[in-house]
Formats: sequence, C-alpha cells, structure tokens
Amino acid sequence: MNITEILFWFLSALALTGALMMVTGKNPVYSVLWLIVVFFAISGHYILLNAQFLAIVNLIVYAGAIMVLFLFVIMLMNLNADNEPQKNKWLKFAGLIAGGSLLLILVGALRQSDALRTQALQTGGEIGLIHHLGKVLFTDYVLPFELTSILFLSAIVGAVVIGKKGD
Amino acid sequence: MKQIIDFAYLVPLFPLIGFLINGLGRNYVGKPLVGIIGSGAVLASFVVSLLLFNVVKAEGSPFTYHLFDFIKTGGLYIPFDLQIDRLSVLFMLVITGVGFLIHLYSTAYMKEESSVHFARYFAYLNLFVFSMLLLVMGANYLIMFIGWEGVGLCSYLLIGYWFKNIDYGNAARKAFVMNRIGDLGFLLGLFFILQQFGSLTYTTIFPQAGGISVGILTVITLLLFVGATGKSAQIPLYTWLPDAMAGPTPVSALIHAATMVTAGIYMIARSNVLYTLAPSTQTVVAVVGLSTAILAATIAIKQNDIKKVLAYSTVSQLGYMFLGLGVGAYTGAVFHVMTHAFFKALLFLGAGSVIHAMHHEQDIRKMGGLSKKLPITHITFLIGCIAIAGIPPFSGFFSKDEILVHAFAANPVLYWVGLLGALMTAFYMFRLYAMTFRGSFRGTEDQAHHLHESPWSMTVPLIILAFLSVVAGFVGIPELIAPDAHKLQQFLAPVFAASTQLQEVHHVSHSTEYMLIAVSLTLIVLSIVWAWLKFSKKPEMDDAQGLGKVLANKWYVDELYDVVVSKPLQSLGVVLNRFIEKTAIDGLVNGAGKLVLWGGRQLRLLQSGQVGSYVLWMVLSILILIVFTLFI
Amino acid sequence: MPINYYIILAVSLFSIGVAGVLTRRNAIIIFMCVELMLNAVNLLLVAFSKMHYTAAAIQNPASAVGTDGQLFVFFIMVVAAAEVSVGLAIIVMMYRNIHSVDVNFLNRLKH
Repeated sequence: MNITEILFWFLSALALTGALMMVTGKNPVYSVLWLIVVFFAISGHYILLNAQFLAIVNLIVYAGAIMVLFLFVIMLMNLNADNEPQKNKWLKFAGLIAGGSLLLILVGALRQSDALRTQALQTGGEIGLIHHLGKVLFTDYVLPFELTSILFLSAIVGAVVIGKKGD
Repeated sequence: MKQIIDFAYLVPLFPLIGFLINGLGRNYVGKPLVGIIGSGAVLASFVVSLLLFNVVKAEGSPFTYHLFDFIKTGGLYIPFDLQIDRLSVLFMLVITGVGFLIHLYSTAYMKEESSVHFARYFAYLNLFVFSMLLLVMGANYLIMFIGWEGVGLCSYLLIGYWFKNIDYGNAARKAFVMNRIGDLGFLLGLFFILQQFGSLTYTTIFPQAGGISVGILTVITLLLFVGATGKSAQIPLYTWLPDAMAGPTPVSALIHAATMVTAGIYMIARSNVLYTLAPSTQTVVAVVGLSTAILAATIAIKQNDIKKVLAYSTVSQLGYMFLGLGVGAYTGAVFHVMTHAFFKALLFLGAGSVIHAMHHEQDIRKMGGLSKKLPITHITFLIGCIAIAGIPPFSGFFSKDEILVHAFAANPVLYWVGLLGALMTAFYMFRLYAMTFRGSFRGTEDQAHHLHESPWSMTVPLIILAFLSVVAGFVGIPELIAPDAHKLQQFLAPVFAASTQLQEVHHVSHSTEYMLIAVSLTLIVLSIVWAWLKFSKKPEMDDAQGLGKVLANKWYVDELYDVVVSKPLQSLGVVLNRFIEKTAIDGLVNGAGKLVLWGGRQLRLLQSGQVGSYVLWMVLSILILIVFTLFI
Repeated sequence: MPINYYIILAVSLFSIGVAGVLTRRNAIIIFMCVELMLNAVNLLLVAFSKMHYTAAAIQNPASAVGTDGQLFVFFIMVVAAAEVSVGLAIIVMMYRNIHSVDVNFLNRLKH
C-alpha cells in the first residue's frame, strides 16, 4: 500500500463520514461544519487526481465563501437549536430506501461495465495546473466564461431583490 | 385541336369558382353580381363544352385527362381522371346549356329573396352544376360516385332552400334518405366491381367484362341499378321526387327534371356493356321502368298541384328511359334524356312563370284562362305539352318512338303497356294545360289584377327551350323516314359499340313500324282532344271519388311505406331507446365518467403539496428510468 | 487507483445527498445536501478527466486530454455559487414570512 492509496482511503473515509454526519446531524451549524470537512476531503481527492487548481478553487469558493454564507444565514435566523420537527417515519424510511436503491442500482450498473472496471489512474500530468487551464479558459471557453459574469450579475440582483425587506 | 382537350378541367372548374365566390362572399357580393357570376360561370362551361364537342365529334375515341392521383395504395390505384367522350360531352352540353338558361331564369324568379339567400341559392346551384359535371366527366366509377353524392347533397340543400318551412325541410330529408338507400346499392356495386376487376376505370373494366360470369355481372348491375332507382326516382324509391317540388321551381326544372334525375340513366348508359352481358338485369330494368312509367302516369292524372303533375310526369318519363335501357335502346334512352331535358325544363319553367304570375299559387283549380295574360308562357307551355305528348315533328315524338319501337321488338307486351302510359301522358298534360290556360279565371280578384307576363330573363329561356323542344328531335330521325338521318345514333355509336356487337338488334319491318306509329298517333291525338274538351269547359273542381281518390292519394304508397318501413323502425327505435340506450349505453357513459371522478379523487391524494413527497416521486421515477435504460 | 473506486465514492456521496434531501425537513440542510450532490458529480468529472488523460498520456505525454472535464467542474462551481446566493436569499425570505425553514409548511401547491 503506497502513500497514494493510504491517502485515498483516508480521504474517502473522511468524506463519507462527513457526509453522513452532515445529513444526520440535528444542529444545522454542525451540519455546515461537517460539510466543510467533506469539501476539504474532496479537495484532497482533487490534489490526488492532479487537479490542483480545482482543489484550491473548491476550498476558496465552497469551503470558504459558500459555507460561510450558510453559517451566516443560519446564525441570522437563530436556528442553532435542534428544533426541527421530525418527519413522518414512513416517509423518512422511504427516503432512505430510495437513496439506498439509487446507490445499489448505480453500483450494479458499474459492475456491468468491464471497460470502466479495468481502467487505472496514474499520478502525474500537468493539465490541472492553472497556467494550462487558464490558457484553454481564455481561448476556447472565453464566451461561456464572459457569460458567467452576466449570470453572476443576475444572481446578485436576484438575491438583492428577493432578500429586500418589504416593499 | 389537342389544346382544347387540355382545358377540359375548366368545365367543372368554372361552376366551382362560382360556388366559392357566391358561397363565401354571400355577405359582400351584391345581388346583380351574384347573378352574373352564377350564370356566367355556367355559360363559360357551356362554351368550353361546345369546343370540346367539336373536338370529340371529329374523333371517336375517348380522351382521358389526368388531373392527379386520387387513391394510390398497394394494389389499388384510382386516378382523378376526366373522360371526354361522345356520351359525356352530350351530357355536358345538356347540363351546362339547360343549366345556364335556368340560372338566367332564376335571376328573375328569385329576385324577391334577400341578398344573402340569393347568393346562397346561386352558390348551391353552381355547386350542383359542378357535381353533375364531375359525375358525367369522371373517367372511373369513383369520380362518378363523388359527383353522385355531390348532386344528392345539392338536391337536399335546394329542396330545403326555404328551410324555415318544416314541411320543406322534411321533404329535403326524405329526398336525402331515399337517395342514401340507392347510394348504398351503388357503393356496394362499386366494391363488387373493384373486387372483380381490380379497377374502377371505365376503359379498364369494359373490355374485361366478357370474362366475368353472368351471375356476378347480374349482381353488380342490379346493385348499380338500385343506385339508379334512388337517384332517378324509380319504383320503389320514387316517392321523394314529388315531394322534392318543395324547392324553388327553377331547381325542380334543373335538378329534378333535366339533369340530376338522369344520372341513373347516364350511369347505366355508361355501363351498357355490363348490362348487355346481364340479360336478367335488363329485364328487371325494363319492367321496373315500365311499371314506374305507368304508376306515375296514373297518379299524375289526378294531381291538382301544377308542379306535382310535372313531377309525376318526370317520374313517368324516367320510367320510359329505363324501359329503353332495359330493351337495349341505349341511344333511344340518351336521346330521350336530351329531349326530356329540354321540354321538361321548359314545362317547369313555364309552370314557374305561372306560379310567379299567380303569386305562389300552385293549385290548377284556382287558375284557368291564363292564355291571354301570359301569351309567351302560354305558347311555350303548349309547345312543351305537345312535345311531351309525342306529336311529330316535336322532339318528344322521335325519342319516345324510338324507345317504344325497340320495346316492341323486344316484346310486344312492353310496347302496348308503354303506349298506354303515353296515352295517359298526353291526357294528363293536356288536362294540366287546359285547366291552367283555358276556360275562365278562377282565382281571386287580387290575383287577377296582378296577372302579368314575366320579365325577359324568364321568357327568353322559355323561348330558347321551346325552340329546342321543337327541333331537338331532328338529330334522331328514324331510319323509316330518311335513311342515315339518325345523327345521334351515329354520334353515339362508338360508346355503345361493344353492346351493339353483343346484342343482336331486333329489327321491326317498316310496315309494322308505320302501323305502330299510326296507331299510337291516332290514340294520342284522341286522348289530347278528349282532355282538351273535357277540362277546358268544365274543370275538375271537386275531390275525386273511388279510383280517382286512390290516384289522387298516389296509390297510398307513402302511407304504405309509412306503415311498412317507418313505423316499425320508429317502434324499434323506441324499444332500443328505452332498454339499450338508457341502461346499457348511458350506463357505460356515466360509468366512465364516474370512474374518472373516483380515480381523480384517489389520485388527488398523491398531491400532498409537500415538497418532500414530490422529490420522493421524482427520485423513484428517476430510479425506474435508470433501471430501464441500463438494465433492460 | 482503479477508476471504479472513485465512481463508487462519488455515487455514495450522491446517494447520501439524495437520502438527505428526502429525509430532512430543514430547508438549509436540504440545500446543503444539494451542494453535496453537486460536489459528488464534480469529483466524478475530475476522476474521468484523469482517466482520459491517463489513457492519452501513454501515446503522448504532453497530451491535453481531460482539460474540458476540469473546466466543466469550474463552471459547475460558478453556477453553484450563483445558485447558493439566490437560494439562500429565498430561504431568508421564507423565514421572514413564515418564521420557519420547514419545507412542510410550504404546501400551498395542495390548495
């Protein structure tokens, strides 16, 4: 077992644990914190996969900005108390079953695909570095990239309009 | 001259355009323009028909003009073709020629109608001319059937033209239903032909007809004949025609005398080969035609409505045509169609002129002595009466004589019975004439004061038709009088060539023929004189007694049909309504409604309004989709 | 590392997210589960990008295959950021109106 595999298993266990704790946690604040753990683990995976740029962006955007936003909102509403009413037991059960069968079906589908099972991933490669991605982003993908600015603008305006108090 | 044939499609196209303009623009086009468009369209068709006639006269073989493929599936191929040959061009001339005169006449006759209804009338009339042209110009039975149904529809629309009168509406429905019965037979005949020959095109079917067994041909021709009895008002489906007089008089002249009712004749003349090959059908046709001729003639003797007399006379004359077809005198039948179109249209239009002058009074008991007030109508009506009675040299003599001589050749009994019918024809026509124009006026003061001759647009068609009634017979002078003078027979010879070869022609010696003509002429003149003298002086005013009452009530045929057909069907309808409709069908329909309601109430529970449940459904659906795409 | 390990990991995270959306009633937690699902997909995209690069690099070590996948992830993050801003605004609005973030109170669709 080399270091990559050890890291893989560690990060995978961390991500799954974090996800489960996030879903099951009673207190929304703890859920947010567990989700941040998941994002960190996923960033670690990105680094293992030589996607360094994405790893950093993931940390900054998700674990940093977005999750802080979540925390703000939760604290703004004073929701840290675990006062969430429980759902109907059966509905909850059905949800669990549905999620579980989704997992089973997708894994089952994977087991049918020999082409995917035999593929192995090597470490190395420089496509994930920022100078490489940046070049492609500002040549081939320059139009979608510029369009995202409009998306953001409309998101900002939308958020302001929706969040405005009264009218 | 090939170019004119290429414009054959114009003949039906003009009336169709007229129909569309008048029908769609009835709210916008003014009355004078409607009349001009309606009449002009038919006149244009007439001109094209004349040009076509010139071409066809030069060449004997039929022209086929391909418009488009109508039905083309698997083994079935029915093109939308027009066939221009000597038979169809003759009918086209009659239809458009008489049709134009009647359109012209209608512009004056229908003047009192409001603008919208006036346009509606002309639209129907043009549609009728279009359908009738399609009927005679079609190159296969299906096109003929389209025209056949089209004229039936127009007949229905025009009989019920004054739709606010319930009786008129009923008459229209009666005509339509009766026609439908016949059409069903015709349609079955078509299916049979299609099954036997694999085609409906005339030029394909007729050469093959010899190879089909007589039994099958008999069935086919009988089925077609059922269609003909409906459209051409023969026993047992004739009762609609007298009722059809509910329509405006020019309509009766055009549709119910000159053109539509001769569709059956045209169809049988067109299929002459099939009929010649099926002798038993020919016998049936002859017997039915003769019985109709006699039955209708007896009824006509006692009718007092001027149009009813003419209607029964039409039925009777159509019977003669079928007699001619039945004994193989195809030329004679077509000849009689032509002359009958002229003099019967003339008589109807004359009657219309009288009705117009009398302010919609149709009872001849309230007329009389009109000869001085309506001189032109009087003279032309008299010409029509002489023509239909069969006095030489008027046209009716030649055509009727030809049919009767052929009947004599086939079976003398047919001749003598036919002659009896001809005597009755002469009698009731001159009874009608005498009661209308002779004697003294029996109407109200008011009517007498307003009696007037009709305007020129009504009298001109009368004069033209009267002229044609006099001279039309000269195209068919029998061999007896002048050899090779029967121009019509020579003209139509290619159409009936196949039949002529198959059937040995019965020849009647000249001496016999002279004798027959002499006998029939004497008797006819006698019956005319009798009727003239009897009814001029002392018109028949009181209700008939004994046999006359039976005749006046049309042999109670309508009542018989009512008891035998209508009543049982109605009571069956009541029973079905009570048990099948109310319980079974209503139960099914209501049950379906209740099931949907119940199902809706149950399914409504799915709509909990909870976001969670919707997401759950979504996930389950996605699961199913994934399973389907990945594993199945 | 075989690619199917990554696939199974991503699918597991995704399924946990789905189960969370189905079982929780707190709008914010549901929203976080959606984010988790997005990240699972991102992870999968990056893994596939790597897989294609590995396959192509055998022939040509300077190959740029797989860049598209990573840029896709980048754009997904962009969209997610926009989505979160609007979504949180909606949740705030909802809390202001009904003083709860329980999605079960949002059952107006029924009426």
